[in-house]
Amino acid sequence: MSIETALTVLKPTDFASDQDVRWCPGCGDYSILAQMKKVLPTLGVPREKTVFISGIGCSSRFPYYMNTYGVHSIHGRAPAVATGLKCVRPDLQVWVITGDGDGLSIGGNHLMHAIRRNLDINIVLFNNRIYGLTKGQYSPTSPLGQKTKSTPMGAIDNPLHPLSIAIGCEATFVARSIDTNINHLGEVLKRAAEHPGASFVEVYQNCNVFNDGAWDYAKDRDTKMDTTLELQHGKPLIFGKLREKGIRLNGMNPEVVELGKGITEDDLLFHDERSPEPSLAYLLSRMRYEDGFPEPIGVFRSVDAPRYDVLINGQIDEAIQKRGKGDLEALFNSGDTWTVE
Amino acid sequence: MATITPVKPIAPLDDATVRFCGDSGDGMQLAGTQFTNTSALAGNDVATFPDFPAEIRAPRGTKAGVSGFQVHFSSHDIYTPGDTVDALVAMNPAALVTNLEDLRDGGVLIINKDAFDKKGLEQAGYKTNPLEDGSLDHYSMHAVEMTKLNRLAVEGFGLTQKEADLCRNFFAMGLVFWLYDRSLEPTLRFIAQKFGKRPEVAEANTASLRAGYNYGETVEAMNTQYQVAPAKLPPGKYRNIMGNTALAYGLIAAARLSGKRLFLGAYPITPASDILHELASHKNFDVLTFQAEDEIAAITSTIGAAFAGEMAVTASSGPGIALKAEGMGLAVMTELPMLIISVQRGGPSTGLPTKTEQADLFQAMYGRNGECPIPVIAARGPADCFDAAQEAWRIATRFMTPVILLTDGYIANGSEPWRIPELSALRRTEITHPTGTENGDPFLPYQRNERLARPWAVPGTPGLMHRIGGLEKQDVTGNVSYDPLNHEHMVHTRAKKVALIADDVPPQEVDGPESGDLLVVSWGGTYGACATAVHKVQQRGGSVAHCHLRYLNPLPKNLGDILKSYQQVLVPELNLGQLRTLLRATYLVDCIGHNKVQGKPFSVGELVEKIDGMLSVK
Repeated sequence: MSIETALTVLKPTDFASDQDVRWCPGCGDYSILAQMKKVLPTLGVPREKTVFISGIGCSSRFPYYMNTYGVHSIHGRAPAVATGLKCVRPDLQVWVITGDGDGLSIGGNHLMHAIRRNLDINIVLFNNRIYGLTKGQYSPTSPLGQKTKSTPMGAIDNPLHPLSIAIGCEATFVARSIDTNINHLGEVLKRAAEHPGASFVEVYQNCNVFNDGAWDYAKDRDTKMDTTLELQHGKPLIFGKLREKGIRLNGMNPEVVELGKGITEDDLLFHDERSPEPSLAYLLSRMRYEDGFPEPIGVFRSVDAPRYDVLINGQIDEAIQKRGKGDLEALFNSGDTWTVE
Repeated sequence: MATITPVKPIAPLDDATVRFCGDSGDGMQLAGTQFTNTSALAGNDVATFPDFPAEIRAPRGTKAGVSGFQVHFSSHDIYTPGDTVDALVAMNPAALVTNLEDLRDGGVLIINKDAFDKKGLEQAGYKTNPLEDGSLDHYSMHAVEMTKLNRLAVEGFGLTQKEADLCRNFFAMGLVFWLYDRSLEPTLRFIAQKFGKRPEVAEANTASLRAGYNYGETVEAMNTQYQVAPAKLPPGKYRNIMGNTALAYGLIAAARLSGKRLFLGAYPITPASDILHELASHKNFDVLTFQAEDEIAAITSTIGAAFAGEMAVTASSGPGIALKAEGMGLAVMTELPMLIISVQRGGPSTGLPTKTEQADLFQAMYGRNGECPIPVIAARGPADCFDAAQEAWRIATRFMTPVILLTDGYIANGSEPWRIPELSALRRTEITHPTGTENGDPFLPYQRNERLARPWAVPGTPGLMHRIGGLEKQDVTGNVSYDPLNHEHMVHTRAKKVALIADDVPPQEVDGPESGDLLVVSWGGTYGACATAVHKVQQRGGSVAHCHLRYLNPLPKNLGDILKSYQQVLVPELNLGQLRTLLRATYLVDCIGHNKVQGKPFSVGELVEKIDGMLSVK
């Protein structure tokens, strides 16, 4: 019997490994690590049943700091490593930690396929809009015109929106949070863990060395109420310091409206994270601060769909049921045989 | 049943080689496979060589679209599909022009006369019709109106003309079955099983097969039948098996006998895909096949499954193996057991996807960044793939290392009789996973046993939580370490661990005298041609021995002594001399190469010639 039964109450510190954390002082990753350690004991999954898989990049050091099983794999491949692991061991709780470069650039293909297969894994993408570990080149989420070491005259690549990608890949759970918004982040991570199927969480994370302040608009105490919008299932999209603004649909397009002056909450768009159609979630994922919209945080989409890890093992059960448990002797002797005396 | 068939003479033969060739839509692979199975069931030893174009359907009637299947069947044991062809079936002019040079003088030539029209001749580049210009006079030629006769045979089954023509390969088969006095029964069973749901197609194919057979029996021009007696193979129960199938069976057996689930992460690639197909059809053996999004995901998912504690395998060919290089490095660094199967094909780049070559030995040995040793073993023939797969898994788990298993297109698609093993004779691989530490001591994932293997602790085991990855490890603890001396120590440790495998495998054997004038050293799929060539020269009294290597990394411990026991060393390879370079560098022994890169296997004749040449200049 396990020493750590479900009855043992674990604390956040039980999930800390003995390794020194080596992110730069002030890095947003510390906060995400702290929230993860807080959330895990609440899930009822023992440490030995939890696995963190990462690729390469600052965020990908994450597994070293968790007292769980872990693989710090190679650049971009964490979703594929997780896929093999989860297929043969569906009993494990698997987390994939990735970044905007790791997940969307070199590992874009694996991210796409892990999401569309809907394996029961939790993918957390730390988005700092820069390459940190390689010291400051632009990333797939860096805005147009951003000057970095590799773009002295400004980036000319159109940036990607991680949640739009995930939704385009048939994601069943899509959410966003912010490194410093600790209660919200904890809630989102918990929801992701509890979702049966692939969960995709984007976390706005500050790289205070190479891209400091990239998310200030969404984090600043004075502006965040106007620049972000906390999604709540079944509730109208309202934001602003005085909750005086809302999002209304005008045809196919969202627009910001002031409440009052003939506009009531009933005129607003109501959030439905369980909508079978992904269009609403996609529309929300396209709302950008630079286009004059608040950027939604919270759960964009949470729907049930068949899971790859269940299906692949289900086919094995089905094959055994139909044909019986494989018999080596029968296999070898299948087809035409002859005997030499 | 009474018969009025006139009796034709039957000539006994030791062995014979038949090649079916035609358009890639002509069903030649099926004809060859059926003839092979029938010959094997008749007790012959058989060896086959399917040869098909990379294009699924090249333009009809062109030389690029010619597909062939060669089968060598014999009353004694054989190792190759034969150098020259005794009977050639050519379904169109393009097939004739591309295959005729392999038909021996006086050989039987069966031709579909109906395909030798103006367009067909033009496509093959014939200026005059070879059936009429006397150029084929020195063969025993039978130009048969196959298309016409076949259409007549299937009349009344309600087939369209196109469907009727699809039966033509059965007509050709029937004719060859008669020629070699073969039973139709196995093929009739096959037809019933394969086309059971379409009785009209089953009946038409049956009619075609019988029509071809009866044509041989009736037509006066076909005046001799041949008979190849059963071979004296070691007693046992046999079946015919292809290399990729044998490999899949070996993997299934290895997983079952070591108490593991079998996970295959693979991306489709010629000529390895049949391993994926075969394994996908045996899910009831607890086999999980994952068709990954790319080659990189194939190997990294394999690493995930290995970390999870199961038997993890990926299978590919050269271009795919190139993409897996970084993943293989991670597998070496994390010291997890897994198999990487490389079914070699002609390269570089996309190269010759459907043709064979041995030019990926260096890729297997060195194709990674850093000092990155991986054990390499190679199968020598189709049936041997079964044993090689199990041996690779035994090494992987005993030494906690990825293992590369090399085969090639020739043995992957080739077939031969396989003596079905008794389950009790198969070697079980015992695997132990740590279950905890003493007195709550911290778990040390890079503490090693006498083989330098680290413990395989699997997720789910309380108290053994640990993190592994691609960064350099501190010895014993497995923590990340950039310490210079630790890195050097770990590089040496990883190399030594692989070197230690040489203590765990049988010493290298030699077929022939323990010393002498010449040693032929081979590896992989050239075994059959080399063994046959050496035997031929030995029978004539030549002082030659044969040393066939299964273990390429590490090389067998006694190999250096063996190489130094002969005046000369010949290393025939289907590359420009990769093993030769390795042997020279390792043992400072001069080796002569015999190298061919034509996408084709060696012929026995060319090797005999080379051996004779080297023996005569002594």
